[in-house]
Amino acid sequence: MPNMKIPRTDMPQQEPAVRAKNFLEVATGYTQQMALDEASRCLNCKHKPCVNGCPVNIDIPNFIKQITEENFEGAYQVISESSSLPAVCGRVCPQESQCESKCVRGIKTEPVAIGRLERYVADYHNANNKEKAVKPKSNGHKVAVIGSGPSGLTCAGDLAKKGYEVTIFEALHTAGGVLQYGIPEFRLPKAIVNKEVENLKDLGVSVQTNMVIGKVLSIDELMQDMGFESVFIGSGAGLPRFMKIPGENLNGVYSANEFLTRVNLMKAYQNNSTTPIMHAKKVAVVGGGNVAMDAARSALRLGAEEVSIIYRRSEAELPARAEEVHHAKEEGIIFRTLNNPVEILGDDDDNVTGIKCIKMELGEPDASGRRRPVAVEGSEYVIPMDCVIMSIGTSPNPLIKSTTDGLDTQKWGGIIADEDGLTSREYVYAGGDAVTGAATVILAMGAGKKAAAAIDKALSEK
Amino acid sequence: MYKIISKQVLNPTVTKMVIDAPLIAKKAEPGQFIILRTDENGERIPLTIADFDRENGTVTIIFQIVGATTNQLNSFNEGDYIQDFVGPLGTPTHTDGLKKVAVVGGGVGCAIAYPVAKKLFDQGTEVHSVVGFRNKDLVILEDEFKSHSNVFKMMTDDGSYGEKGLVTNALEQLIKEGNTYDEVITIGPLIMMKFVAKLTEQYNIKTVVSMNPIMIDGTGMCGGCRLTVGGETKFACVDGPDFDGHKVDFDEAIKRSRIYKEFEKHAYEESCNLLNKEVK
Repeated sequence: MPNMKIPRTDMPQQEPAVRAKNFLEVATGYTQQMALDEASRCLNCKHKPCVNGCPVNIDIPNFIKQITEENFEGAYQVISESSSLPAVCGRVCPQESQCESKCVRGIKTEPVAIGRLERYVADYHNANNKEKAVKPKSNGHKVAVIGSGPSGLTCAGDLAKKGYEVTIFEALHTAGGVLQYGIPEFRLPKAIVNKEVENLKDLGVSVQTNMVIGKVLSIDELMQDMGFESVFIGSGAGLPRFMKIPGENLNGVYSANEFLTRVNLMKAYQNNSTTPIMHAKKVAVVGGGNVAMDAARSALRLGAEEVSIIYRRSEAELPARAEEVHHAKEEGIIFRTLNNPVEILGDDDDNVTGIKCIKMELGEPDASGRRRPVAVEGSEYVIPMDCVIMSIGTSPNPLIKSTTDGLDTQKWGGIIADEDGLTSREYVYAGGDAVTGAATVILAMGAGKKAAAAIDKALSEK
Repeated sequence: MYKIISKQVLNPTVTKMVIDAPLIAKKAEPGQFIILRTDENGERIPLTIADFDRENGTVTIIFQIVGATTNQLNSFNEGDYIQDFVGPLGTPTHTDGLKKVAVVGGGVGCAIAYPVAKKLFDQGTEVHSVVGFRNKDLVILEDEFKSHSNVFKMMTDDGSYGEKGLVTNALEQLIKEGNTYDEVITIGPLIMMKFVAKLTEQYNIKTVVSMNPIMIDGTGMCGGCRLTVGGETKFACVDGPDFDGHKVDFDEAIKRSRIYKEFEKHAYEESCNLLNKEVK
């Protein structure tokens, strides 16, 4: 019988004042007792509304039932039938707008903490299961996966499990894509990402780093000369946008991509790193998404005295997850909402000295349904800063499009693909941010999964 | 891992290495670059491709020992391995249809200017090469340039070799002698390229410069390499590294190149101490 009495179990976490000074994981994870308590809140609904809220349709009530029976490994097996990256998703999925938003317990009280339970199960498995995945018998078909972010890893994993000979081509020197270069250690420890990549290698996936497809090899060469029968493009949306305001090329202005890549991928937060990074005192992060929160909280951990989020709409419109905003606030990040930068100011040596903002107010709703921010005339003012991080979005990299004849893209660069991920080129599939523009880890995984199923179907019918 | 096939000290601060990288060698063109990491904790540094051999599958790099990473790279020997080596990145130098070109190289920039001169010369373009160094001891690639140029001018700041003076002096003289160039291609220190571009602007000669700013990924992802060209922001890694020299904001580029000067100085001193200890 479900336990209707206990409230949603809180996630233990490092104290804000402590964690703001280190790069260790913020949330420390449920204990076994906490997991059992929380799992007991699940009603095990027959119609399973939560499953429809999950982009990869994990059988959520079933895995939670396994937890209540203290069969944690069994719970892991249920999740891995649908998801190849449970330890990642348990940490970075926006559950509040997906599975948990559909939870029946959420109508009267709070939803079951599905994400936290998923994380517990995945961590349990990683800590206790010493058996390595075994490479299935090969079916003789070769598939190339471009990019090792969430969509590529998922597509590669699903195909490898079916016996395909999969090779992942990664442009950077370490596999993981945005999980590696973008999301910081304190939200997603890199050991977890590396472990997921190792799992894929155990399944027989070959991971080739330092391979910029479109430069060193083209998709045509992969298919014609190297014998890959199908290609999945999961190259992400890595091109940073800037505001095109004066002063954006001053020293001390970073794209969030550059800042986070220096910190995460290049380990600039470690003392022995050879990668330089600016240890600024007063930092402005422009933008209100999860990436902006990551950049702001990373800057704080690097020793900044004051970090501000500058966002042109109001707090209600912040695109970041509520939990990330909450964590950022707890750590002392200042939210300067309804403010829009108009210029970045610098000294004679071109070092940033401040940011000039104009105040905004909300007008009529725009195309996105959100109230459009309108500048308040004459309200410009200057805030002293020595570093500005631009986090206003990214777009897909044109490298592959420009070197692949017949690959159709949207005007803004997104690769055009159907529901299964099939592009305008036969046997070439695409998914994740390369198709949708910047979105979430789980949506990219969902796309990788669908494409893997479609590739399997197409090649087995060939 | 990428094997160092051979290593040659060109002068006390400049080293040449031939690296086993068949896939890159197959695609490389003059003007493109690679990014390397010496070891697992190394930073990513861009180096322009100095030469390539498609048959033997090798890529040649020539680097000046200026910081911690190049210092460490220089400690590697024939048979050692470089952790990461990725490329070919950037857009190749445009050489089609050029009849007469002045190639102007300065210092270690000559290592990048040379493959361009070679390609032009081999395709039948009349090549006038002007190379400049601080002094005789720092001269590199003299024979290579000579054998791929119709006219060759060697300049040194102190007059210890060739003619005394700057590359701009020699270039201006060539122009005044009545040479009309389809293009001037110049590669070297920012300040040199700035003044070459200023000179050619007076004579209205199209000028291409090769920019080598700070970068991380080399694929357009970080935007650290951005420059202002003709009032627009460009990424050197994907839009370049070649740009119209008359449109590049050199003063901004020079200031941006100094962002991590203090950090680099410190890292270099530490790496020197570390390597010195190992020697003992």
